[in-house]
Amino acid sequence: MRRQLLLKDINVPGIQFYDVYRRQGGYTAVEKALRQMSPEQVTEEVKLSGLRGRGGAGFPTGLKWTFIDRKSGKPVYLVCNADESEPGTFKDRYLLEHIPHLLIEGMILASYAIGANTAYIYMRGEFRWIFPILERAIEEARSAGFLGNNILGTGFSLEIYVHPGGGAYICGEETALLESLEGKRGNPRLKPPYFPAVMGLYHCPTLVNNVETLATVPSIITMGGVEYARIGVGKSTGTKLISASGHINKPGVYEIELGLPVEEFIYSDEYCGGIWKGRKLKAVVAGGSSVPILPADLILKTAKGEPRLMTYESLAEGGFQTGTMLGSGGFIVMDETTCIVRNLWNFTRFYHHESCGQCSPCREGTGWMEKVLHRIEHGEGRPHDIDLLDDVAKKIEGKTICPLGDAAAWPVSSAIRHFREDFEYHIKYPEKVKNPKHFEIEPLVPRRHLETA
Amino acid sequence: MAKITIDGIEAEVPDGTTILNAARQIGGAIVPPAMCYYTSLKESGGKCRVCLVRVAQASARDPRPLPKLVASCSTPVQDGMIIENITSPDVLEARKGVVEFLLINHPLDCPICDQAGECDLQDLSYAHGLATTRYEEERRTFEPIDIGDKIKLHMTRCILCYRCTYVADQLTNERRHGVLNRGDRAEIGTYIQKAIDNEFSGNMIDVCPVGALTDRTFRFKSRVWFTRPLDAHRNCDKCCGKVVLWTKGEEVLRVTGRKDRYGEVHEFICNECRFEHKNLSDWVVEGPRRIDRHSVISQNHYEKINLVALKKEIERQIEFQKGKANGNSSNARTA
Repeated sequence: MRRQLLLKDINVPGIQFYDVYRRQGGYTAVEKALRQMSPEQVTEEVKLSGLRGRGGAGFPTGLKWTFIDRKSGKPVYLVCNADESEPGTFKDRYLLEHIPHLLIEGMILASYAIGANTAYIYMRGEFRWIFPILERAIEEARSAGFLGNNILGTGFSLEIYVHPGGGAYICGEETALLESLEGKRGNPRLKPPYFPAVMGLYHCPTLVNNVETLATVPSIITMGGVEYARIGVGKSTGTKLISASGHINKPGVYEIELGLPVEEFIYSDEYCGGIWKGRKLKAVVAGGSSVPILPADLILKTAKGEPRLMTYESLAEGGFQTGTMLGSGGFIVMDETTCIVRNLWNFTRFYHHESCGQCSPCREGTGWMEKVLHRIEHGEGRPHDIDLLDDVAKKIEGKTICPLGDAAAWPVSSAIRHFREDFEYHIKYPEKVKNPKHFEIEPLVPRRHLETA
Repeated sequence: MAKITIDGIEAEVPDGTTILNAARQIGGAIVPPAMCYYTSLKESGGKCRVCLVRVAQASARDPRPLPKLVASCSTPVQDGMIIENITSPDVLEARKGVVEFLLINHPLDCPICDQAGECDLQDLSYAHGLATTRYEEERRTFEPIDIGDKIKLHMTRCILCYRCTYVADQLTNERRHGVLNRGDRAEIGTYIQKAIDNEFSGNMIDVCPVGALTDRTFRFKSRVWFTRPLDAHRNCDKCCGKVVLWTKGEEVLRVTGRKDRYGEVHEFICNECRFEHKNLSDWVVEGPRRIDRHSVISQNHYEKINLVALKKEIERQIEFQKGKANGNSSNARTA
């Protein structure tokens, strides 16, 4: 039976309320940590657990906590990044909406570990309806004595504030988030010098963690870091929430043990339940729209022929040539009728819309890519457009202030790398692709349409 | 002090100096271009990405190269750092890309732009740009607006360097304009059309690297290369009073701050000096202004060249190229 840590009580009625959550063993981790452990011990447990950031980058969480500059004499802040806006990712929303106390418990533990007395939840602007849920949960925790001054009589104090953003994807980038939290325009800051661990919120040391990362901390404290590290494979320890969407029979949020084979995840009845309508798999975007897309053969098996697993390492195997990334766990499955170009145009339109406009490659390049893709998808593409698109993506990648430029470039480069035929088909048969459902009427069978002159 | 190497030239600079400033201390062709960085404006830089360089060795302690190209204007040097600017094909390719990005939505209306001849973007595209464009779509356009009676804003020409917002933040007591919207719809604006009239607002014109903010009192009066620049000063109780007068005969067409060879003003001037004193008799003229740029302004302004220094530089370049060629071939032999 698969192990569940985050979602084990998700179906208990009323779990979003304090009483039920407490009855299910909630807040025992806080009691354990604050009464029996020093902040260093809490950090040590998280380090031992091998937990890696669940927001997308996969940076070791415990290590990140030790970077916090505690000698500066300035106040230390904890910021929870709940600005989940990556297309294809909806796991944080699920946690926030259904089990808010798990996040609060995790935030208390993290704040205790890094010595923060003020913590913020920066929530995506579109999550308006979750705002009262969180506010209520915080109020409940405060009346139960887990927030406020002198928590559990240990002398540790913490206040948590919820801050709804304006609804900008870029504010999920941690330094842009801090700018926005300070009330400024959400432009990412330059690193160096603005590393959040040293110069974060209000120029004070700040820890920014994803919702899921923080929500995992209570389990680690309860079961111990070593025990947690036993789940998973190698450096990918523990469980991870996967937001499965697309052409599958059972889309939804799944908690998996890292190390699960991708094939099992897609086809087993316990998870996605296979491709809908009995169709075949064409492509998978494994970690949210920003990561490289992979065709069916490469997502199920690596280039070396080994089965691909749901881990940070296995998905990245082969680099960007034949691999991808686990990212934030937005698992988008596409069946054989999917038009890769149309999908990519949709992604690129998103990045064009969400670019902050601060640095030139991303500001101008995302718009340019969108226009070229629009042209190709609507039957007005020219043969040189494919190479142009690839070149523009290359000129954005790695040249920008923040990772949004990379996130916009990777899907484009990878789609051209793996699905060049789809693009060539669009240029060759402009009349056919003018119908948006062109591949549903006539699925693209690789190589058949491409007669050589 | 930190010992660094830029394109094969060694130098020692104080700790905390940025790569760009270290390169400027060495001078010459190895200085990366900069469109948004401005020495006297705090927080500026990092945005335009034309100053990207490759760090081949991060420091003496950590000999690994940095994974990405870095913005030289905001990255401080480390002891033992090895930097490649014009010797790295990656950097030149990236710079070409950035220049192309800066130009795709630029109107290229240099023939009717007052900035032509002293425009950083013009110089940059001359050095790194393509002769043709690969951009076939319609360009983003904005209507020109008057912000106050002295400054004209052509948003179409703007490259969003944010320098003018830093001027307003750091030189004046009130910022009335800022960046609205995001992505390629981002624009400099006042939201509700407001006049920017502040004693130092005119400096926004000087810091603008392109023709987005131009002097309305100089508008369409003359091409800048037909004017004669003169260093001059007057006693001013608000500012340093040190300016450049751009004259034609006895007429003062325009007054600006004094820009250095990188197009930066170090002593800002007030609006009274800039806009109110357009008579030669108001000023103490010091002499002709030396325009230290590869720009058409210096056309017909012949100058003495330091031949010894030029010879030295050429010899150094030859030596450097030789060394590189030798290094490569010896590698090839061993391999």
